[in-house]
Parts: sequence; C-alpha cells; structure tokens
Amino acid sequence: MSAAGTSKDAMLTAIRRGLRRRPLPEDQAFALRARLAAHPRHVIPARSRLDHAGQVALFAANVEKEFGSVVRVDDLAGVPAAVADYLAAQNLPGQFVIAPHPGLRAIDWSSRPLLRFREGRAEATDAVAIQHGFAGIAETGTLMLPSAPERPTTLNLLAEAAIVVLAADRVVGAYEEAWDLLRAEMGGMPRNVMLVTGPSRSADIEQALELGAHGPRRLHVVLVGG
Amino acid sequence: MQIATSSEFKRNAHDALADVGLQKALARSGTSFIARRAAAVAALPEFEALREEARAIKDHTLAHLDFYLEAYAARVTAAGGTVHWCTDAAEARAVVLAICQEAGARTVTKGKSMISEELGINEHLERHGIVPVETDLGEYILQVRHETPSHIIAPAFHLNREDWEASFRAAHTDLPADRVFHERRDILTEARSRLREKFLAADVGITGANFLVAETGSSVIVTNEGNGDLTQTLPKVHIALASIEKVVPTLEDCMSLLRVLARSATGQDFSVYTTFSTGARRPGDLDGPEAYHVVIVDNGRSGMLGSEFQPMLRCIRCAACMNHCPVYGAVGGHAYGWVYPGPMGSVLTPALIGVDQAGLLPGASTFCGKCESVCPVKIPLPNLMRHWREREFERHLTPVGQRSNLALWAFVAKRPALYRALTRVAAFGLRSLAGRRGRLAHVPLAGGWTAGRDLPAPEGDTFFARYARAQRAGRVA
Ligand code: SF4
Repeated sequence: MSAAGTSKDAMLTAIRRGLRRRPLPEDQAFALRARLAAHPRHVIPARSRLDHAGQVALFAANVEKEFGSVVRVDDLAGVPAAVADYLAAQNLPGQFVIAPHPGLRAIDWSSRPLLRFREGRAEATDAVAIQHGFAGIAETGTLMLPSAPERPTTLNLLAEAAIVVLAADRVVGAYEEAWDLLRAEMGGMPRNVMLVTGPSRSADIEQALELGAHGPRRLHVVLVGG
Repeated sequence: MQIATSSEFKRNAHDALADVGLQKALARSGTSFIARRAAAVAALPEFEALREEARAIKDHTLAHLDFYLEAYAARVTAAGGTVHWCTDAAEARAVVLAICQEAGARTVTKGKSMISEELGINEHLERHGIVPVETDLGEYILQVRHETPSHIIAPAFHLNREDWEASFRAAHTDLPADRVFHERRDILTEARSRLREKFLAADVGITGANFLVAETGSSVIVTNEGNGDLTQTLPKVHIALASIEKVVPTLEDCMSLLRVLARSATGQDFSVYTTFSTGARRPGDLDGPEAYHVVIVDNGRSGMLGSEFQPMLRCIRCAACMNHCPVYGAVGGHAYGWVYPGPMGSVLTPALIGVDQAGLLPGASTFCGKCESVCPVKIPLPNLMRHWREREFERHLTPVGQRSNLALWAFVAKRPALYRALTRVAAFGLRSLAGRRGRLAHVPLAGGWTAGRDLPAPEGDTFFARYARAQRAGRVA
C-alpha cells in the first residue's frame, strides 16, 4: 500500500478512535447515503417567498444594494442597445468578449455596428466581458454562473466590467432553488460554479470598503423579459 | 511554519498596548465589524434559527466525519481530481511541494488560507526555490512586510494607510517618486496591477477551502476580491488545502452555513464570490486548471474529537469572536503568538501546538461571554477556555517525577513565572477592560489616537518590527 493510503487509514482510524467507534454499521451508512441523495432543505428565509414578479424585483434591488447595476429589456432584441448605452455611460470601449452560448448567439448585433466583439474566454487585456447567466437568486441578488464550454469562467473574472445577460424567468427566490435548477439541467456538478454578488471589493485597507479589487470593478445585469 | 510565541503572551500584550500604530489601527477598526454584523443580523429574522441549524449541521457532520470524508473523497476522484490525505503539517508540505515540482512550477499564486499559514507552505516552497505570491490584498502587503496575519479574515487588521504606502514604495522600487497614494483606491489600484502579472505567470494556484461538499466532491472558497478565483482558474494546476473538519454533507447544508458566515464575518448578506470547484477542466472547456488536487490535513484535529474540545471543530472561521473580544480589541492578533488569534485561537491553539506552548492563551479572557453569544455555530468558547485552564492547573499539580517528557520538565521549571504571568494576564484583562465603556480609547497611552500619526515614533523597536524579525528568524531556522 502506498504512503498516501497509509495516511488515509491512519486519519480515519484516529477519527474513529476519537468518536469511539468502528466504521459505521451498514444501516447507519445507508441512512447517511440516503440523506446525501435526498439533500433535504433547511430553513429558507421568508424574504424571498414572493411571487415571481416580486422575486425579480427583489433580485434587482439586491444587485443594486451590492453595488451592481441592472437594466431591464423586453427581449433579446433589446440587448445590443442596452449594452451600447451602458458602455457609453461608463466610458468603456465599444469592444467586448462574449460567451459562446446559444442564448447569446441568438442576439442580432447588427443594429449596433460600432460594437466589436469576439467569442471565447476572457484574456487579461479585455476591458468588457459578457456572460450568459444561468440563474439569479433574489435572496441576496446573487448570480449563479456555472462553467461550461459555452460559459468560460474567465469571463466572470478578468475584465474591468462584467456584464451578465440573464433571462428574468431564470430568477428564483433562494439558493436552494438555483441548485435544483442546476441539478435538473446539468445532471452533475460542473467544474466550477460561481455565486457572484456584486462587483469585486476589498476591505483590507483599514477595514473600509473599496470596490474593484482583483475581479471586475463593475457588474451589470441585463435582465431579459418579464 | 510560524514559530509560536504564545508562551510570551504577557510580554506580547504589554508591547502591543504600547504600540502606537497598532492601537491606532485597533481603535479605528474595532467597532466597524461589530456594527456591520449587527445590521446584517437585524435584517434577517431567521438568523437565530439559522445559527441553531448551523450548529446542528456541524455536529451531525463531526459525528460522522469518517463517513463524510470518505464520501467526499470518492466524489472528488470520480470528478477527476486527486485527494491527498495528510496526517500532519510535514506531510502536507511535502505533498504540496511534490505537486508543484511535478508541474515544474517557478511561481505559485496563493489565495488567502489560514491552513496554509498553519502548515507553513510558503516557507517550505521558498526553501525549495519556488516563489509563493500571496494575492489577497491583506496577505500581499504582509508578505511584502514579512509579517503574519493578525486577524483570520482581515489579515492586515493591524496596519494603517501610511504603512501600506510605505511598504509599497519600499517594495515596488520602480515606482515614480511622484506617484500618489492619497486614497485607499490608489493603493488598491497599485496592488491590482502588480498582481495581475503574477496571476498570469503562475504555474500553480493554491487556495484554502471554507467547505468541502461530500455530495458533489467540491471545494468551496469565499472571497470578496476575486483573487481566490483567479488563483484557482488561471494556473494549470489548482491545489485546495483543507483541514478534516471542513467537510459538510450537501449543498443545502453548505448554503445554511454560508447564510450565517458572511453576516457574522463582515456583515455582508453574502460575500461577492462563493465558488464551488469540482475536479479539473472538462472536455471542451476554454479555461480552468488541467489538474485539481485536494490536500486534506488532520494536524492534531482528530485528537479533539471525543474530547470536551470537539465543539471547537464546528468553527467556520468567521472571526466574529475576535471582532467582539475586548482582549483582542486591546492587544490585536499578534500578541496571541500563533496563527489563530482571539477567543477561537485561545481554544484551538493549545489543542494544535500543545498546552505547554499556549497554556496562557485560555487566560486571555475577561469571560464576558460576548464571543459565544455571536458565534454562528454556538461554540461555548468561554467554557472551553475554562477547560483548558483546569487542565493547565492539573498539569501544575502533577509530580515532576511522573513525567518523562523533557519539554514538560522545562515547563515546570519555569512554573512560578508562568503561574504569575497567568494570574497577571487574567488580572490585566479584568482591570484594564472591565467596567470601561469603550476599548481602545481607554487603555494605557489613550488620549492621542486621532493624533497618532503625528506622535513621535516610540524609541527602540516596535512590537511588530520585533515580531517580524522573529518570524524571519523562524523561517531560516
Ligand atoms: S469560534 Fe465561532 S465566532 Fe469564532 S471564528 Fe469560529 S465560528 Fe466564528
């Protein structure tokens, strides 16, 4: 047996010695496996127990509370103007990297011919990145951004400004509901799932909050539809 | 590995009280975390119910720790990751070094990790020619200054803005002389641009883990800066370091703990980035590490299971106990002499490095009970400190002839001095803190905190200069 195996055994033995028992008997192990499979929910704060319109409004309010910004558009056709207006208002270049996601490929950018973009992952030189949002969580204004070939993680991290296009019908109340969407639609756990709440910040200098640490300085959500 | 100076607590505390810069920092920072936590808690009616639930989830997990660790490890392996089981710090250091060497690493970026401090990862890598770069803003400035964290979530708690500027000017020698650091934002911008280069050049990224999720085989990190995410996303290898008690059963369990973590820590409803990592880059992925390793470390924790100190393993490292502690507020984190300060350190440190080294810490308390009342997992911290003091007392009563351990003999030889120190520490806590309204404006040297910047530098070394030197000496030893 390898040294690593020896350490594993030693650690498990030490833990069981502390707990004063042998490996769990099969009936108890079975019960714990059932708990893992059922992943029961615990207390869910009442604040997000609203109808869907209420959840969307709470989501938007919480994104803004956390120093992000939100704009609502009726449909995908409204996205190019919303993006162009945002970039102009923030003095950002009309150039971005965008997730190669079918939901974003459906956008017709021809109405804004001055916007230039490429699909793919972000590089350190990208000022603006557009990600496809998987879900929005009203409870705290949190975006769920799972990794996939069509949703590179670097889009969430490297640019000055991160823009997330999110369908309003993907807004849920609590984190648990977003995880259930993910379990249902993705089967297993993606390599990386980021829960993002506002733009990057630090309180390391004199415990005072400053926005714009290592991640994006700005977070903008384009909410599509009702 | 950090050299413990916990046995010098009394002297450390004395020096800390005389350190003008430290007192200025403590006075400024002391109340902000408290007010922010109070506001976040007040805004969530379910907070008390969530605390009870958080405690129960942790107790359930600890009672079945062997099962959940094995279940977790099996999921990591199934997701293409590698699990390394390490009984102690030396084994963990060797494993991390071997992974880095195999990757041909020259530089390694680091996310903020207290277990990395505990294990002494940086020093070990440096000794073998690999450059570790701390990327959390607070950890970065401390690395530049050759200091250790003084707080578990705000490592540079003890520094003032002028310290940041001076350290950056000293370390970033290519800075133009007219470069201004008038605002905190200027400091942040400088650090961001310096560290960008490091993120892009690193061969390996090392993070800690706030949680390990058995259901999915995920390691979870919680940050506000995004540095931990860049650390684990950009290099070709990601290593997550975690101690055994970080495992939780399911995503639901994890979310319940996360609901109390950020509120207790910084008073945020949720931290900016809470990220679940599961295995390495998948087919078709355009980014992410090509290899994913988890290093699971015991390093003394299994010895706490089944003892009166088992509840300490519920700790989720939120720092609320130190933020609310009058002793921490008076002397800061370095006085505790090892990695973990404040009430949680006073209970954990004796368990991890030995009561002979850290026996004074459990006395560093006024037993005001504030720590327990804010702890999100309801750890009875004052009671556990009392247990240590009882144990310490019993040790002193044990006849010398029954001991075979030379270190213990040395300890007993110093017994009168230690005993006096212990009682003086307790007395100091009560005398200087109890019955006074605030904390820092009322300890010795009070009166001039707002003018602290203009005070002449104290004669001789400051506490931190001496402390930093001791740490450096420890590194080369
Ligand atoms: S002991 Fe409790 S309050 Fe202190 S850091 Fe741990 S969880 Fe937080």
